Amino acid sequence: MAHFTKATGVKDWLNQRLAVETVEKVMMSEYWIPKNINFLWAMGMVLVVTFVLLLVSGIFLLMYYVPTVDEAFYSVNYTIMREVDFGWLWRHVHGVAASVVFLVIYIHMFTGIYYGSYKKGREMIWISGMLLFVAFSAEAFSGYMLPWGQMSYWAGMVITNLFAGGSLHADGLVEWIRGDYVPAQAFLGRFFMLHVLLLPLAIVGLIGLHFAALRIPHVNNQDGEEIDFDVESKKYLDGNKAESKVMRFANDFMSKDMMVVGIFLIFFFYLVFWNYSFALDPVNFDPADGLKTPAHIYPEWYFLWSYEILRPFNIDLGLVLFGFAQVIFVFLPFLDRSPNTCPANRRGTMFKVWFWLMLSNMIVLTAMGKLPPEGIFSTIGLVAAILFVVQWLALPFITSREKKV
Amino acid sequence: MKNKEPIILIVVIFFSLVTYYLVEPFAHGVMHKHVDSENFQYNDLPALTKTGNVANGQELIINAGCVGCHSMEKAGMPAPMDPVMAAQSYGVNPPDLSEAGAVYDAKFLAELIKNPAHALKVEHKFDESKGEMHPMVPFYGMGGDIDQEVADMVAYLQDLAVSPDEVTPAMAFENACGRCHAVGYENWTQIGTKPSFKHEKDSLAFDIKVMEYEESLTKYMGKLPPDLSIYIRSRSEDFLRTFIENPQNHLAGTAMPRVGVTADAADKVLEYMKDSGDTKRHEREEIGKMVMIYIVIFAIFAFLWKKQVWRDLH
Repeated sequence: MAHFTKATGVKDWLNQRLAVETVEKVMMSEYWIPKNINFLWAMGMVLVVTFVLLLVSGIFLLMYYVPTVDEAFYSVNYTIMREVDFGWLWRHVHGVAASVVFLVIYIHMFTGIYYGSYKKGREMIWISGMLLFVAFSAEAFSGYMLPWGQMSYWAGMVITNLFAGGSLHADGLVEWIRGDYVPAQAFLGRFFMLHVLLLPLAIVGLIGLHFAALRIPHVNNQDGEEIDFDVESKKYLDGNKAESKVMRFANDFMSKDMMVVGIFLIFFFYLVFWNYSFALDPVNFDPADGLKTPAHIYPEWYFLWSYEILRPFNIDLGLVLFGFAQVIFVFLPFLDRSPNTCPANRRGTMFKVWFWLMLSNMIVLTAMGKLPPEGIFSTIGLVAAILFVVQWLALPFITSREKKV
Repeated sequence: MKNKEPIILIVVIFFSLVTYYLVEPFAHGVMHKHVDSENFQYNDLPALTKTGNVANGQELIINAGCVGCHSMEKAGMPAPMDPVMAAQSYGVNPPDLSEAGAVYDAKFLAELIKNPAHALKVEHKFDESKGEMHPMVPFYGMGGDIDQEVADMVAYLQDLAVSPDEVTPAMAFENACGRCHAVGYENWTQIGTKPSFKHEKDSLAFDIKVMEYEESLTKYMGKLPPDLSIYIRSRSEDFLRTFIENPQNHLAGTAMPRVGVTADAADKVLEYMKDSGDTKRHEREEIGKMVMIYIVIFAIFAFLWKKQVWRDLH
């Protein structure tokens, strides 16, 4: 057992028991961050802030939401929107944050791909990040069910139908997931539980893993340069702050984090108060009606690219490629065979083209996923979906032929 | 080293905006039909050529038998039947005419009196040649100049009603929409605002009356017209405005009649729908401004803090 002495003060008392000073150093003042980074490295903090906004607004909504098929719509649109003081504000914050969090996740992801931040010991950062993406997707989908509007109901119908596996006709599995033949009370109750308990727990756990995965390899920098953190941090601590290639996480980088968060929040609250309908789909303000299919059924914007990979093919091939699209990003660190860790633009023409084409093509897929699958749109969607798959299949070959720069 | 942050920011904003444009304005433009508004001019209807005489109009309205179906509470003429029985007889409760002159367009009223199915744009449903008569009997004239007689009746209705700027949102909605559409969040039913009853039994009795009314209405319209509580959120304001102006433009063949409101009354109807479905819009504006001021101040302090901390780093 450790030896405890009479504490000289509160800090010492805590130090003996919790090692607060060591923790502070490990997490904040001696958590070294390269100086050679830009504002894109603040997206992690932006995500933390957005997650906190989601959590806090969600707690307030949970106080009044009623998870039954008869009351859910009313509790959201009447009780929360009209009766509860600032209920409308919490709902708009929650809905807009749920959408914006994906925008930031995508920026964060493509930043990682562009700078090669999944390579050389940073594989676990990437993998845990992709697991977070999956958990956030499930969280977003389950939350979308809760207002029990037309889009909740029909999105629930369409997505759970996918589990029938096309020609496999695993209808029993679909019924097992729904707890009924159609989305109904059992379905709503289950997704409510997932949304407010199981998935948030998983997300919090994965955030812990994501941060832990970052601690040993440290964050990447704009040039993918390998930095000797021991040498550079010593320079800093010896007073050569300007000469050192690293800085403290707190307060050095955190001050920049907060600046970016400030700018982000201006944008975020502009959306919350003046431009929210992109995140709160008008169709979902009609109550769920199992006898009336909406004219257009589409998922929220952040799922559109993978939806469009499902849609242009026959059901079996569509499902296979959809499954491929869901998991393929996780394997990026192993599919990229290149020895280079540096920005995509400096890795030679092949990868440069691959990166910008992947980004543009996912935007094309996103747009086509929303548009009705008719005429030219379905042709563009088909080509874009095939291109997406081909790009991923080609990645190992492109990157293994890449020259060391 | 060169500062690349501005160009990076431009790249991020560019791709975000392209995505936003494609999935929002562009996709919705493709999915939803664009309908131009005529600003409630009702250009398809003939203009009124005669100047009406109020006193003649009053006499005509009584003699022509309007009050056999319509009430005019303001002129001391009660409804001949209660709403439930009226709906059983006509499909929908004929409106009280007290404020009709202020809510509806004069050209529309004139055409409605002469040829209801045409004014209401429901001729696809009520085809005279097939013996499908609109429940409102057209006015065939009292022997004089029919256009003069109609102008007189319209003049009387306008005289009886409040002046157009006194029309309230509830008045406009209840007259033009409220006999077919319930607005649960405002306690409005097709037979009037539901009072708060002391006894459960009375409340249920009222609900049964509403259900009976809705039964007749469903038969008449083909389906029960939807509750409009939050239609202002589920449909855009532009959609609602052009839909009210002429439902056929958006939904050809719909049983919903053109209701013939004036542009002002349409604004009032929309205001009523906002009060019901976007109740906190004024609060949202107010709080939005305060939050923005707060966040801008936060961002300025964050920027100054960053500048101070980073002074030593370079």
